[in-house]
This record gives sequence, C-alpha cells and structure tokens, in this order.
Amino acid sequence: MKIPVIARSRGGRGNLVRADPRPPVRAPNRAHLAATFLAMTCGWLLALALFATSPAHAYMAYASNEKDNTISVIDLDKMQVVKTVPTGQRPRGMALTSDGKRLLVCLGDSNRIDIFNTRTWQVVGSIDTPDPEYAALRKPENNPLYVSNENNALITVWNIDTEKMLVQMPTGVEPEGMAVSPDGQLIVNTTETTNMAQFFSYATGKNLANVLVPPRPRWAAFTHDGKQVWVSSELGGAVTVIDTRTFKILDTIRFQVEGLRSTFIQPVGINITDDDKLAFVALGPANRVAVVSVPEHKVLSYVATGHAEYNAKVKKYLLVGQRPWHMAFTPDGKYLVTANGLSNDVSVIRVSDLRVINTIPVGQQPWMVLVSPH
Amino acid sequence: MAASRQAPDDNAQSGQRPNRRTVLSGLAASVGTAFAHPAQAASATPAAAPTLPDVPTLTIGYVHWLHDVETISLIFTPAPNNGRAGAEVGVSDNNTTGRFLHQNFALETVEVRTGQDPVAALNTLIGKGIRLVVTDRPAADVLKLADAAAPHGVTIFNAGAPDDSIREENCRANLVHTAPSNAMLTDALAQYLIWKRWPRWFLAYGETPDDLLLAEAYRRAAKVFGARIVADRQYKGKAGSRETDSGLIDLQKQLPVFTQNAPEYDVLVCADQNSVFAGYLPYRTWDARPVVGSAGLIPTSWDPNSTEFGGKQMQDRFIAYAHRFMTALDMNAWVAVRMIGTAASYAQSLDPDKIMAYMRGPSFQLGAYRGLSLSIRSWNGQVRQAILLSDSGRTVVSMSPQPGFLHEVTVLDTLGTDKPETTCKLPAGQKT
Repeated sequence: MKIPVIARSRGGRGNLVRADPRPPVRAPNRAHLAATFLAMTCGWLLALALFATSPAHAYMAYASNEKDNTISVIDLDKMQVVKTVPTGQRPRGMALTSDGKRLLVCLGDSNRIDIFNTRTWQVVGSIDTPDPEYAALRKPENNPLYVSNENNALITVWNIDTEKMLVQMPTGVEPEGMAVSPDGQLIVNTTETTNMAQFFSYATGKNLANVLVPPRPRWAAFTHDGKQVWVSSELGGAVTVIDTRTFKILDTIRFQVEGLRSTFIQPVGINITDDDKLAFVALGPANRVAVVSVPEHKVLSYVATGHAEYNAKVKKYLLVGQRPWHMAFTPDGKYLVTANGLSNDVSVIRVSDLRVINTIPVGQQPWMVLVSPH
Repeated sequence: MAASRQAPDDNAQSGQRPNRRTVLSGLAASVGTAFAHPAQAASATPAAAPTLPDVPTLTIGYVHWLHDVETISLIFTPAPNNGRAGAEVGVSDNNTTGRFLHQNFALETVEVRTGQDPVAALNTLIGKGIRLVVTDRPAADVLKLADAAAPHGVTIFNAGAPDDSIREENCRANLVHTAPSNAMLTDALAQYLIWKRWPRWFLAYGETPDDLLLAEAYRRAAKVFGARIVADRQYKGKAGSRETDSGLIDLQKQLPVFTQNAPEYDVLVCADQNSVFAGYLPYRTWDARPVVGSAGLIPTSWDPNSTEFGGKQMQDRFIAYAHRFMTALDMNAWVAVRMIGTAASYAQSLDPDKIMAYMRGPSFQLGAYRGLSLSIRSWNGQVRQAILLSDSGRTVVSMSPQPGFLHEVTVLDTLGTDKPETTCKLPAGQKT
C-alpha cells in the first residue's frame, strides 16, 4: 500500500517542477541509494542546507500535523520534507493567500489562527478565535476569512489584514467544512453533528438555506462553474450534490469498495479539477481516493440505479496511505497530494494515469495539505 | 445553558477569546475532584435549553435516579447530575440544529430517589403529554417504566441498565437501550484480549446479583471468542473502604491470598458492578498480571479521555456546560436525546410516532464520536455502538470491535447478542 520512498524517488516518477522539465532521471544505482541513505541519516541539517542554497523552483506542499504541532514543508521536486515549522496547539485547517505568500493555520487548542510568511516562516499575524477547525478565504481579495469555530456553533468572519472580526453567523453543532463560491457570493458550511450544509450570503451574511445531508458532513467543494456544491458525509458514506441556485439535492453519490464494509468508507476531502471533469473524494479509513466523474453524476442519474451505473460513476479507486482526509492539487493540475492521518505521510497521485507515484513521511497525524501556487 | 452559550458569543463579538481557558484551568486545578460532587454546578444547571418563541417544541422526559454511589476511587464518585447533564447537552445540541429547522426541544426531569416509585414520576411526565422518556434507573425499574408507558404509546430510553435480560427474554417493544449490554461490554473486552493473545482468564466476581450476571456474561464471551477461564472465584466479604484507617494494610494481605494458587493465567478479569473490590485488585494480585473488567482495563461506552473521531469537541462542549468530565452515563443519555433530535430533523417532524418510525427505520444513523455510526438493532432495541477500552479513566487503550472480527452485516454486531441468538420475542407488528 505504501510505496517505498527510496525506490520510487529515483525511479520513473514524474517531475514536479513548474517549468523546464528535466531529462529523465537515471535508474537507481548503489551510489544513489547510498546518497539517499546518507541524506536521510544526516536528517534535517542537510535537507535544510539544500533548501537554503537551491532556488525554490518546485511547488511546495504544506501539511498540518495535528498531533505534533508542526507544519511539514515538502519540496515536491525533491519529494521530501525540507522544513518542519513548529506551530501552536493542534494545527488542522489551513488557507493560502492567492499569491501563496501567507499561510493561515487554524490552531484549535491554542484558540487562534496564525498567519505565516511562507518564505521566512515567521508568524506575521494572529487572529484570536475560539477552537478554529477550518477557515476559508474569499479569493482573489484574500478577505474576508470565514472560520468554523467548532465548539461554539459559529462562523466568525475576519479581515486578515486588520485581524478584526467583521461579523459572526450562528450554525448547527460543530461547523467544519467551509467553502466560498468562485464568484465569492455564496458561503457554505457543513455542521458535523447536526448534518446540515448551511448556505450564507456574502453580501448580507444571511442564512439562505439549510440542506439536510447524510450523517457527519465534513467537507464542501464548489464546482468551478459555481453551479453545484459537493458535500461529503463521513458517516453517511456519501457525497451529496446540491444545486447552488435552488439549494435542492441533485444527487447522492455512494461508494462501494469490494472487500470493504461500507462502514469503513468515510468520505472526507473533495477536490474537483479546474475543468469540472473529475472529483477526487478521500475515503478516510477505506484508505482510498475515489475518482468521480463530475458531469456524469447528473447524466447517469437518468439511468436505472444499480451496480452498472455505480461503477461508471466511480471510475476507479486509488490506494493511498492510511486514512486520507484532505487533499490538494498542484497548480498545473497534474498531481494530487493527500494527507494520510494514520500513516503519517502524504501521497502524491499523478492525475494523468491515476497512479500513486510517491509517499512522503511527514509529522504526526497530518490533517490537511495545501500546495503553493508557484 | 443560555448563559453558558452567551459568554463565548459575547467574547467573540469583541474579538476576545471565550471563557474556555478559565473553565479548563479551573478544571486543572480541581482535577482530583472533577468527578466528585460539583454541588454548585448541579444547582446552577437549568433543566432545559431556552424555548424559542413561535417554534414548536418537543419535550423529552428524563426519570433521573438520584442516589449516592460509593466508589473505591474518589475521582469516580458520580456527580448528582450524572446522566442528566448529558441529556441537557443533547437538548442544547438538538436546538442548535433546531433553530434552523424550526424545531425546538426541551427536557423535563423528574428526580426519583432510591425507594421512591419511578412510575409515579413517569405518570407526571405522561400527564404533561411527554412521550419520549430517558431513564437511568436500574433494570427492574426500566421494565416497570416500559410496562406503565406502553398503553400511552410512550417509548423509554434505557441509558443506565446493562442487564441482558431486559433486552432478551424480558424485552419490551417500547424500549430502546442506549446503554451497552453486559454482553456487548464483555465481548468488547474479550475481542481485545484475544487480539492480544491473552486467552487464559482468572475470573473474579462479587456477591451481588448484578455481579453474577456480569460474570456470566464474561463466561459467555470467553466461549464465543475462544478464551479459557482457568480460575473462577467469588470474592466474599466487603473489602476495606477508603474510610477504614487500616484498609490498605488489610487489602495488601487479603488480595494476594484471594488470587493465590491459581493455574497459569494471562489476565485477571473482574466483575464488580458496585465498586466493592475490583478497584483494589491492580498491583495487589499474587502473580504479576494485569487486571481487566471492572478495574484496570475497562470496557465502556465513553471515557473523558476519548478525543478520536471528533470526540474532543464533545468533551469540550460537555466540560463547558457541566464543569466536570463526561461519564459513560452522560454519553448514553446524550445519545438518547440526540437520537430523538436526529430522527426529528430527518423525519422533519416533532411527532413522536414519526420520530420513532424514522429512528427504527433502515436509514437512521447517529454519529457519536466512536467512528462507526450508531443505530438500533431491530431484534431487541439495543443501540449498536463501538465500545472503548479505558485505562481506568487515564487513556483510551483501544476500541472494539477489534480488527479481524468480521460480521456479514456490520462489525458492530460482533458485540453483544446477534440476531440469530436473540431470545427476544415480540408480538407480530411490534418488533422494536
């Protein structure tokens, strides 16, 4: 299930550099392996030295490690952690500004969100807010910030530059997933314990609709055309597709993996490709990511239900590390990185052939992962 | 509740952190007595969340057993609002959703002391039109309540009694058991012991009728999962209590003798429902063996240290409300109230009949911070649920079902009495 790092890191993996793809890397030999072992044993010092001296031309991934209170900074070219940044208590949700220069990290047990400069890793700002689980930025303005205050059944809305709270909106029990529509007009939140996708207006802050979905909704993702929002239900084992104009449920997508009890299929993260063709759904303890056709869910809903339709909808299952929850695409859309909470690593999936090409160890219990835009 | 919810909101309004830090530091300071009687907290807790104007309200009843419990460990002394506080947080959670769905919930509690008639309390609730009632009374009273409730179409939620008989040969159609049964608890522990390859058990049990039932459940679990009971001994006579000046010295002599001359065994499994002797067993056995069951590694529906599966949020919410840790009984009562609230939101109705129909239906699922969702077993009204294995309230060691124990429907049904084994017979059309 977990692909050995050494074998894969020198083998036929794709380059993740943004431009100027390198010539193919040679097959592994003893020297390479020895060097890799040396690099691993020398640990952080060498890794840091390499990072400091070479230009940052690769995409960087940031994983929030809930249990050991760090952010792992991963160079996706080197396919390794190049820096470990200590944070406050219990980092979970993260958000990146559009320019990639600031990373906002929700620190649930420190009751604040710290804003890191992604070059210096200094904390450049801090928002005091109780038990933040996840926060979503309205882009491209990078303001406001919508925060799920899990213990308080509240969304708080913040200006991240002034660090002032603008407004608060009451929600159901344990607000978690949060997303802002592509046009910035609609906010959606999922309440884990009370099973709703709740919609709010950006302009008025008013609660527009509350849609009941299967139990424990964890995450919400808008399609890029803004017409639909997809909501994952961790315990319900389903993804609900909701129309953002009528707030009606268009479809409920369920998952089935041969040899696995349905109770272990717990969808959490949803990432939809820029062209709205594919949705990737992390299935938690099923240790898989489902690939779902975005347009077809609707077309196929006209076909008789059953296994045939079912398998057509869910094109393929990918084996990743254990308990993938949240994921991020590289900006070129070629790779998808998953944070695997139980095996303490991140997996890199190549979107073109849906293969896991690498698995990189990070800190304890990675919750979320984001990829820099540059 | 209104006050406790208001505080964080107000603070958030001004950009300040809420009062939680104070609550937690207060807790840390009094951690030794956190389980003990927080008299001020109990008296300060309102019976129900505020009723919203113009919103239809469903009132849930609670028949609360107010009694003194003596425990070996001081910190496990239950608070007077043990169980009830869980129901109150459940009502508050229901209302957090309800305010968006035009539903409101309230809790009406009647306290019944030992020796008082629980049926009179139930009738008071029925007189007020209440049809869904939670109780933490012992098994015999649960049956009395169920029988008195039946003609009125009232459903009783058993949050406290673990007895298998009221789920099996004495089952009732209008009973839902949120408390796990003895069979579920003992199976949960047995699976872990088998997974650990500790199959040789020394079974030590007490003298009360409920100790005998629990011991029987361990014998059954041993048979089901392939463990062997190599020693089977009853502990007679009350051990010293913490009030006894010389208690420790006596125990130090007594318990090694009680556990002496046993055949080779892996673990000492103790069945002691009333905190008489089990708590004294760890570190006092003749052989150096771990203690499990009623002390040591304890199977339970909840533990104040359980933070997995979002449990941290539940713990935080409970502590902020009750100013103490959340017990298994609190969890069982919370589950009952949240089952009602969840069924009401999906059924989109506050009609108890529609709520119960949805709750007993195929699509009902409740998330309760233990990974797999909870639902009702159709054959005996038991709520299927994962069981935590707690290191006496210090850490959660594991959670059962254990890996490798399979079931054709749901792994949760590897715990307790499964459909083919049930002796619960209900009149046709009255299946729970």
